[in-house]
Amino acid sequence: MKIRRSTGEIIFDTANFIMLAIFMAICAYPMIYVFNSSISDPQQMLMNRSFMLWPQGFSLEGYKQVLTNEKIFTGYLNTLFYVIVGTLANLLMTSIAAYGLSRPDLYGKGLFMKLIIFTMLFGGGMIPSFLLVQNLGLVDTRLALIIPGLISTFYLIIMKTNFESIPKEMVESAKLDGANDFQILFRIFIPVSKAVLAVITLYYAVDHWNDYMGPLLYLRSQDLYPIQIVLRDILLTNSMESMGPGADTGFAFSENLKYATIIVSTLPIMLVYPFIQKYFVQGSLLGAVKQ
Amino acid sequence: MKTKQEPVTLHLDPGARSPSKLEFIRKEIVRNKYVYLMIVMVMAYYGIFHYGPMYGLLMAFQQNYSLSHGIWGGEWIGFEHFRTFFDSYYFGRLLKNTLILSFYSIILGFPAPILLAILLNEVRSSKFKRVVQTVSYLPHFISIVVVVGILKTFSSLDNGLFNIVRSFFSLEPVMFFTEVDMFRPMYILSNIWQGAGWSSIIFLAALAGIDSQLYEAAKIDGAGRWKQFLHVTLPGIIPTIIVLFILRMGGIMNADMQKVLLMQTAPTYEVSDIIATFVYRVGVQQANFSYAAAVGLFNGIINLIFLIITNMISRKANQTSLW
Repeated sequence: MKIRRSTGEIIFDTANFIMLAIFMAICAYPMIYVFNSSISDPQQMLMNRSFMLWPQGFSLEGYKQVLTNEKIFTGYLNTLFYVIVGTLANLLMTSIAAYGLSRPDLYGKGLFMKLIIFTMLFGGGMIPSFLLVQNLGLVDTRLALIIPGLISTFYLIIMKTNFESIPKEMVESAKLDGANDFQILFRIFIPVSKAVLAVITLYYAVDHWNDYMGPLLYLRSQDLYPIQIVLRDILLTNSMESMGPGADTGFAFSENLKYATIIVSTLPIMLVYPFIQKYFVQGSLLGAVKQ
Repeated sequence: MKTKQEPVTLHLDPGARSPSKLEFIRKEIVRNKYVYLMIVMVMAYYGIFHYGPMYGLLMAFQQNYSLSHGIWGGEWIGFEHFRTFFDSYYFGRLLKNTLILSFYSIILGFPAPILLAILLNEVRSSKFKRVVQTVSYLPHFISIVVVVGILKTFSSLDNGLFNIVRSFFSLEPVMFFTEVDMFRPMYILSNIWQGAGWSSIIFLAALAGIDSQLYEAAKIDGAGRWKQFLHVTLPGIIPTIIVLFILRMGGIMNADMQKVLLMQTAPTYEVSDIIATFVYRVGVQQANFSYAAAVGLFNGIINLIFLIITNMISRKANQTSLW
């Protein structure tokens, strides 16, 4: 389709292009800066203060330090555990909830939904939740980062809306073949909802990967700490003093190490996105908002 | 019945007025037993981890909660904690800081993704559009700890980016993290940097959902791009904007507490201390559970009130509302 553009339109399109390009540059620049710094030679970085559009010299010293640091390694493994086990548990419970609540003829459905939606508007808050987790004996266990957040109501609604669009006939014919509801959920609903499941998996995984408040509130032992707590010690408190006896207090990390840690801890979760991008099709999220 | 403690029973009992109704419900449960098993699991989760803490809020009306005597062993003191909080030196400062931070976040942060989505929607080259989208989504994946870490590294005195930029304009270097005037701009701008792209997804979805026939009709009527925007695009996303705005207002008292906690330093408390960080400090760090729960409850109620009012106004003004 070839359309003749008026002068006004040409001006608008050009201005729009420039604005978006600038916005994109602003989004990308800090990430470029961090990446270039992580592979730069620390000596040279200190000497010339620069905008880091290119690396200053070249050194992988930061990465070498990151990869040999035991705390970072343990944190990394812990985070992997929380992300994998946590996300699987989230998906299991969320799809069970979405299936149950998407059954059209369920008696009491309205009440269940109201009770669930209400939790989006009001909650007990940090202190009662913290004490509840403590009373349940979950403090300082891995479960504390998995069980309290099993279902995110927002993602539940997205999945429920999606399940509601699956034709009734599929359920009916499966029932005639003698399948029970769990079988219908796992053999029919989940396989046909790949797109929305991919999106929700990404959401949950990012939430677990980046969770900071959970471990801050619930974990006490160093060996359970996820990478985010280790990152806080490296990037913000700039010391290992909270990282166990024997560590040098007041030991400052090289800038190089900081930048390398940022890359190592952020890149994996960023790289997941392009694989899921194709599922971010129009409408997969919209249904939920219109509810 | 094994579901005795579940919310299910809460509903079933009042419904049990006549034996026939009870019989009907019994049959329903037998017929849908697996679905009800699922519902019981789900409601048990919500009962424990969402309604449990709400029940725990009773401690806000007690002297101080202790793990050993539990909720019912505490000494009841009514609204004493609320009174103490309202009279305290911190109350005015905390309320002001919380509201100002939220107010600027909404004024500047809420329109940003909408504007971005609208601009992206007008882009003709789908390749350029995709590149802008992908790049603008990436910051969303960076954790808050890392974002604050980047801010801190950037504001380092000798070779942090912010001060390099300042020296470029021949300005004195500044300790950004301890500067009272820098806390709010850093918090809000970094939020927009991190979130605008990602939040625009939902508006882009709404824009993509607009019936293309409406555009065709507008073109036939001689509407240019601007007129099409005013009469087709804008009305098409207004409902989405309103729904998200109502939800945003319901969180007016919730600045991103984790981020504030990571960003605040003692010299900036006068602007950076908000209700949520106060609750954390008093409750978790000083174990003053009841008082902190009371302050948290106050926060939650203000949120709820804002949500209800916004919803009411919106329903009156343009028939769009959450309920």
